Amino acid sequence: MASPTTTADAAIPQTKGADDNYLTHDKGFASWAFTLDHKRIGVMYLASVLTAFALGGVFALLIRTELWSPGKTIMEHDTYNQCFTLHGAIMVFLVIIPGIPAALGNIILPLQLGAKDVAFPKLNLASYYLWIIGCLCMLGSLVTNAADTGWTFYAPYSTTTQTNVIPAAFGAFILGFSSIFTGLNFIVTIHKLRPPGMTFFRMPLFVWALYSTALIQVLATPVIGITLLMLIVERVFGLGIFDPGLGGDPVLFQHFFWFYSHPAVYIMIVPGFGVVSEIIPVFSRKRLFGYQFIAISSLAIAFLGFLVWGHHMFVSGQSVLAGTIFSAITFLIAIPTAIKIFNWVSTMYKGRIHLDTPMLYALAFLWVFTIGGLTGVFLAVMGVDIHLHDTYFVVAHFHYVMMGGAITAFLGGLHYWFPKAFGKMYNEKTGQIGALIVFVGLNLTFFPQFILGSRGMPRRYYNYLPEFQGLHQLSTIGAFTLGIGFLITAISLGRALKNGKKAPNNPWGGVTLEWTTVSPPPYYNFQTPPPVTAGPYDGYEDLVYDEAIGGYVARVTGGSAPALGK
Amino acid sequence: MTEPSTAPEAVKKVSAPPPAAIDHGHDDHGHEAHDPIHAANPHLAHHFDTPQQQFDAGKLGIWLFLLTEVLFFAGLFCAYTVYRAMHPEVFVYAHYFLDTKLGALNTCVLLISSLTAAWAVRNAQLAEKRALMLNIVITIACACTFMCVKYVEYSHKFHDGLLPGKNFQPKEQIWELKSFRDRHPEAAEYAEKLSKLDEKKAAPAAPAAAGKAEPAKVEKLERPTEEELEPLLAAGLVGPRSLDPSAHISRPRMAHVFFGIYFFMTGLHGFHVLIGIGIWIWMLVKASKNQFGANYFGPVDFTALYWHLVDLIWIYLFPLLYLIH
Repeated sequence: MASPTTTADAAIPQTKGADDNYLTHDKGFASWAFTLDHKRIGVMYLASVLTAFALGGVFALLIRTELWSPGKTIMEHDTYNQCFTLHGAIMVFLVIIPGIPAALGNIILPLQLGAKDVAFPKLNLASYYLWIIGCLCMLGSLVTNAADTGWTFYAPYSTTTQTNVIPAAFGAFILGFSSIFTGLNFIVTIHKLRPPGMTFFRMPLFVWALYSTALIQVLATPVIGITLLMLIVERVFGLGIFDPGLGGDPVLFQHFFWFYSHPAVYIMIVPGFGVVSEIIPVFSRKRLFGYQFIAISSLAIAFLGFLVWGHHMFVSGQSVLAGTIFSAITFLIAIPTAIKIFNWVSTMYKGRIHLDTPMLYALAFLWVFTIGGLTGVFLAVMGVDIHLHDTYFVVAHFHYVMMGGAITAFLGGLHYWFPKAFGKMYNEKTGQIGALIVFVGLNLTFFPQFILGSRGMPRRYYNYLPEFQGLHQLSTIGAFTLGIGFLITAISLGRALKNGKKAPNNPWGGVTLEWTTVSPPPYYNFQTPPPVTAGPYDGYEDLVYDEAIGGYVARVTGGSAPALGK
Repeated sequence: MTEPSTAPEAVKKVSAPPPAAIDHGHDDHGHEAHDPIHAANPHLAHHFDTPQQQFDAGKLGIWLFLLTEVLFFAGLFCAYTVYRAMHPEVFVYAHYFLDTKLGALNTCVLLISSLTAAWAVRNAQLAEKRALMLNIVITIACACTFMCVKYVEYSHKFHDGLLPGKNFQPKEQIWELKSFRDRHPEAAEYAEKLSKLDEKKAAPAAPAAAGKAEPAKVEKLERPTEEELEPLLAAGLVGPRSLDPSAHISRPRMAHVFFGIYFFMTGLHGFHVLIGIGIWIWMLVKASKNQFGANYFGPVDFTALYWHLVDLIWIYLFPLLYLIH
């Protein structure tokens, strides 16, 4: 994106030594624990989120193992309830919500903007420590008497159950503030720290996606904060706001909860759209199709996302009129989403597609997200929802979107930016094998659940009728396949960290600003803000692959080009 | 309120560094000092190019934060609205237990503190150290007064058993309250009469608890008619939903919900006041070190904005909780 005529070297800052980068700039524990550098905070977030992901994954495998046969397989029903609650709460609050924005976004957003840091570095660090505190609270619930309410904390069960709901809810409350601070920081960064020449419509789509996400984070999260606080106070003092036994209204809790939690699913998926929008043009070696439409559709999704929470409550006694309106607005969301999908496919059309690991994840995303998104339209139909409500169909739908969409995009982004963030290349073969196994495992786990749900298998049940066993076992096999896929990916990336090849500055031929600096980036990212004179996806034709360094360099006009494409 | 329009002008006019820069403030990255703008502005963080950019970023940040605060309280206001719509009689009943005079005093105190907060911003822009510190001290004093009054109010409520939720056990009855008697003497009399009826009802009910059918009959016999309830209806004490047999007639059944909401809202607001006091003390320390001037007054401005919001929330809480008719 730095204008095609300037060579990449112009933007590379002069560093102290050849090896000086943000990873080696300072040493020691304190230099990490008190760092204000967005890249280091991003790396800490990444490590923490991946650890939480592993923990949530273990709970998922426990759940699937238990469901191998009807009745007791490995655990009691109470333990099972706690397992799916923790799986949900950890995956939603600790992994997916901070996954792309706080981990990848922190590392990449300022680089893509050509900025030295986010607007409020201290707030950024505070956000990370809030994440840690929130995580500890959740673990506190886990090791004492884990909550068994489901991740939704529905009242009045959550206000009366004997398990330790308070630490779990308080953890989610704290994590909400972590999320708010990240979002606030990104909005201000995007508004105030863009380099000269970068207009809003010259921002990369990842930045657009993070901007839309941040708006939701700032506008929706406070509501879940106060709701969880009310829940806690209700449990302690018997306030009587949600518990009908004390004169409260449990449906009010559902309204409050989904007012946040429906927009929250867009906090989870919109950054994924951003990642895919980055990956697809680069690996198609072609200018992105319909840039402005993709950018605006993120905002449209963010906006509409606030108006549809009632579609979670079609069977809660909500009036038919309200249900109809919520249902209709929910259909509308399919429009901006489809705009994105069609534009990505159009970008690939007649492109020179390179099937590197990030692209495999992006393609997997297109497949699973389309299934996940379309089944969402089924659920938005009120009549159909009466049949499918609280069945495995819903479970399959949101796992296709969250797991298949958000996590796939997260892994794609991780592989895409890994060379930039750590300066090491991973083994392409193991990366690809991991991606394929994850894709197969994902479909094997969750597709049978669509069938289970449409046949009436309720979600969250410990026991089930024998006729469901075959599909449940298929799903369990899929879950373990998925686990193996993640394990291979983890080993692949772990080995790359340790003894991967040194990464070139631009291994994939990206034209956004982060590829114009060295890998890993120096402490200050850019000495002077890189000049921006063109759109974010212009200039693929000005890059050529250099066999010697294994990455792309600017074409030397007039001189002899080293090689023709990869 | 804080005259933000003067801010950019002030920044542009004065480019000289503020006198006596003590420490490097935000600049923890320790950049090389060859950059003249950063060298001249010790409080300019390394990732901003100009003081103006830093101020603008902070301003946008604090407004976004205030937006989250509004939404945070919005949940409570929403709960308030739902319960007031469902049980209006509870709110009418309960507000007699609140001390309007103390509430009004607190409103005045906060309004004065908002004035001094806004004044402090101007002082910071003009680098008037003495006036700035004085205004901050007055603001803090007002905030402390507010908290003291709240303490008096809370301890009085605790003493009277007006506790939130399941601990609600009022010692005083509504007809014993002067504020209620003065306004609705007739209703007070009726309520007292009805309560005696309640007591009578409770006495035979206790031994008959084993035989389930009987107490219901007794209640039915002694139930006041709609006409008898007329004065109470007029006083707004009896809502359509409290006419069920199990209700304690002289006190609405959901009265505890009001005190739950009251303590939650005012408590959360009080917590914000406490945090505000902390931030103002921090500003006082910074002001005493002479850190503020035309190029660096953002922190005072942002604290004042936060303070105005805290004030504004109280401006809504006061009529919604104390002034119910």
